[in-house]
Amino acid sequence: MTPSATLPADPTRVTETRHMFLNMGPQHPAMHGIIQFILELDGERVVGADAEIGYLHRAFEKHGEYGPYNNVIPYTDRLNYVSPLINNFGYCLAVERLLGIEATERCQYIRVIMSELSRITDHLTCVGASGMELGAFTVFLYLIKAREWLWELVEAVTGARLTISYGRVGGVKADLPPGFAERTRKVLEQVRGVLLECDTLLTRNRIFVDRMQGTGVISKERAISYGITGPFLRGSGLALDTRKAQPYFVYDRMDFDVPTGEHGDNYDRYLVRMEEMEQSMRIVEQALAQLPGGPLNVDYEGRVLPADVMVDQAKMGQVAGFRGVHVALDPTLEGSTRGFHEAVNAGEKRAVLPAKEDTYGNIEGLMHHFKLIMLGHGIRPPQGEYYSAVEGANGELGFYIVSDGSDRPYRVRVHPPCFPIMGAVSEILVGDMVADIVPTFGSVNMIGGELDR
Amino acid sequence: MAETPDVLQTLQAALFPQHLLAVHQYRAQPTVLLKREGLLEVARFLRDEETLQFNFLMDVTAVDYLKFGKSLASAPTLATPAPLPYYMMPKPQAEAWERGVSNDDYRFDVVYHVYSSVHGHRLRLKVPVATADPVVPSLTGLWHSANWFEREVWDMFGIRFEGHPNLRRILLYEEFKGHPLRKDYPIRKRQPLIGPVY
Amino acid sequence: MGAADLSQLSWITTRLDAALGWARKFSIFQYPFVTACCGMEYMATATSHYDMDRFGAGFPRFSPRQADVLFVVGTISHKMAPVLKRIYDQMADPKWVVAFGVCTCTGGFYDDYATVLGIDTIIPVDVYIPGCPPRPENVLDGLMKLQDKIGQGRTASLPAGPADRPPELQMPHQPDAHL
Repeated sequence: MTPSATLPADPTRVTETRHMFLNMGPQHPAMHGIIQFILELDGERVVGADAEIGYLHRAFEKHGEYGPYNNVIPYTDRLNYVSPLINNFGYCLAVERLLGIEATERCQYIRVIMSELSRITDHLTCVGASGMELGAFTVFLYLIKAREWLWELVEAVTGARLTISYGRVGGVKADLPPGFAERTRKVLEQVRGVLLECDTLLTRNRIFVDRMQGTGVISKERAISYGITGPFLRGSGLALDTRKAQPYFVYDRMDFDVPTGEHGDNYDRYLVRMEEMEQSMRIVEQALAQLPGGPLNVDYEGRVLPADVMVDQAKMGQVAGFRGVHVALDPTLEGSTRGFHEAVNAGEKRAVLPAKEDTYGNIEGLMHHFKLIMLGHGIRPPQGEYYSAVEGANGELGFYIVSDGSDRPYRVRVHPPCFPIMGAVSEILVGDMVADIVPTFGSVNMIGGELDR
Repeated sequence: MAETPDVLQTLQAALFPQHLLAVHQYRAQPTVLLKREGLLEVARFLRDEETLQFNFLMDVTAVDYLKFGKSLASAPTLATPAPLPYYMMPKPQAEAWERGVSNDDYRFDVVYHVYSSVHGHRLRLKVPVATADPVVPSLTGLWHSANWFEREVWDMFGIRFEGHPNLRRILLYEEFKGHPLRKDYPIRKRQPLIGPVY
Repeated sequence: MGAADLSQLSWITTRLDAALGWARKFSIFQYPFVTACCGMEYMATATSHYDMDRFGAGFPRFSPRQADVLFVVGTISHKMAPVLKRIYDQMADPKWVVAFGVCTCTGGFYDDYATVLGIDTIIPVDVYIPGCPPRPENVLDGLMKLQDKIGQGRTASLPAGPADRPPELQMPHQPDAHL
């Protein structure tokens, strides 16, 4: 068509309205780094959205098939890396059920306490990051400060802040350090103070409420059809919590509420998460009060050997008196010595390593250790499959394990709670503005390690 | 849970014998093996029937049985012929687990986990699939969660879902060739888009 | 016009370089290319308790055009690698790259079909901070080493690639070489 100096005869052919395609991600500050939304926009309003995931696929399920059962645990840490303890224990629960063993009561209480601390850190990170993305940077700083206190607690127990590899099939790595209960109570008091501050800053904040209320709405029926669980579903009105529906560990002895929202919008989910943190703290306090007795009474001769001395003596065959000795290990391994070890690990010789004193102190312990550690030996569940579900911070975290009778898992499948939520997000975003994507995505609490595995 | 045997009984009583290949319970988790032709009908029944009401399709995944029971550690070694010493034997169990179909005829199993928030029971559905014809009907018409789960199974295992609106790779990039969770895909076989191939 | 003038000139340019280096190292505008778990430790280092702001690195710039240090935080998968390269290319000189976390240094324990075994196979790296995830103290130590490097005016013009790694971490990666 040749350009002409006069307007064409038909004025309606001068302009044309088309939708714009905008790419949001995969590197975008509000996209937590690894999500790509391909948005079809009519001005500012989203008329179509598609989420592209997989930018953090790290082959968790394939790695699970390549090593003995306990080797999968570090990979599970990095699934939902803001609440790694829940992933550890979810996996250990699945393998234990497949083996047909049960952890000791003290171990189950410890698992409940650590899971709930992990859940609190997850919600702190989620609310903090959402706040930051909406511009409430102070809230982020306050909540991360609270998270640091909790991480210091976790570090006292497990030795690491984030990727803790604390669970073991049949138990946990080590018992709680002395003084943990008192310290935890103090920290929870401080965390409550911080949560109150953030509540004052956000909950009735006009800007926050305007941005979060009415955006990212999903109805209960749609959420169920999408297989959504966790705070996202509870924000829409269904009070479904795996800890109540199918209790595991000692959750049936805990008294806690399941907060539920009404409208299924971002604001309700924020309130659900804030309340869940309070409920988690309740559970921790109850569990600390109910925690069964400490380590078993082992008759010591009163001798405490440093670990290297014990190993040297044992190598030279000088094991006389080792039956009653207690070894002093590295501070990060404290709580895994004789006495503590039996308190937190199931008595199942086919699954649980012996205490270090037995490994180095007598031949039975050495053989036992060998038969569990060497490749080709190790934990051997019978042929079978099991799906176990625990309540992760985002919803139902399911582990489906298939065993073929060998020492390696045949198939480790993790049902990631944020995967179905991300599947629904493209539908949730339709009708909202581009600016509403940020709070909606923030309340999804997409954790890449879990989503892409 | 006392309700789980009822789930199986209801299914069997619902006169689906032509679709059911096997029904069993292992570690108190009921499993149903279905023929793929009957999957849609049984799934609809599970979702809509009053006493069952499985409103959540929790998980869809697959298992590749190519190397089941064939690893070195699962066989007696030459030095220790059967019976194996006690520490190499799994603990004697009251119940045994059987897959239900032969591993040679059906290489894959597509595994569905459904959950009912109304009654609180769970069920596992398995659809055995042969290598020659890895196609299974899609459940996207019944539950929306099937959409992304089935895309992932396609991506990782190469099992097609008939009727899926958007069956393309989800966790890996389109240029990736092969289906990595299959047992014959080596874990270290890299296909970089940019950078050297190590 | 003699040798004396030229040597005075080089003294001035040296002082100028040092001043520029001093200014640049205490005003780092980092682009936190955050993907995975290391992002949590990055957040912890950047916030009140450990505080990167007191090192001058308190302002993340979420546009590569406005940033001078690229912090690659967390595992880079092969799907993400072209995106990383594009972001690196979009940054203007002088730019530095910090490989934060062992996944970016050598791939970590993700020796599989999906992970890039060290970002130095794709882009040149200035400072490697190993750890899974590195403690905030490690991160600050790496940041200080980066500041030394920036202060001396050297960018990664001598690109560090897999050939510069210690022998046990050389590429191509041979996991069973010891057998």
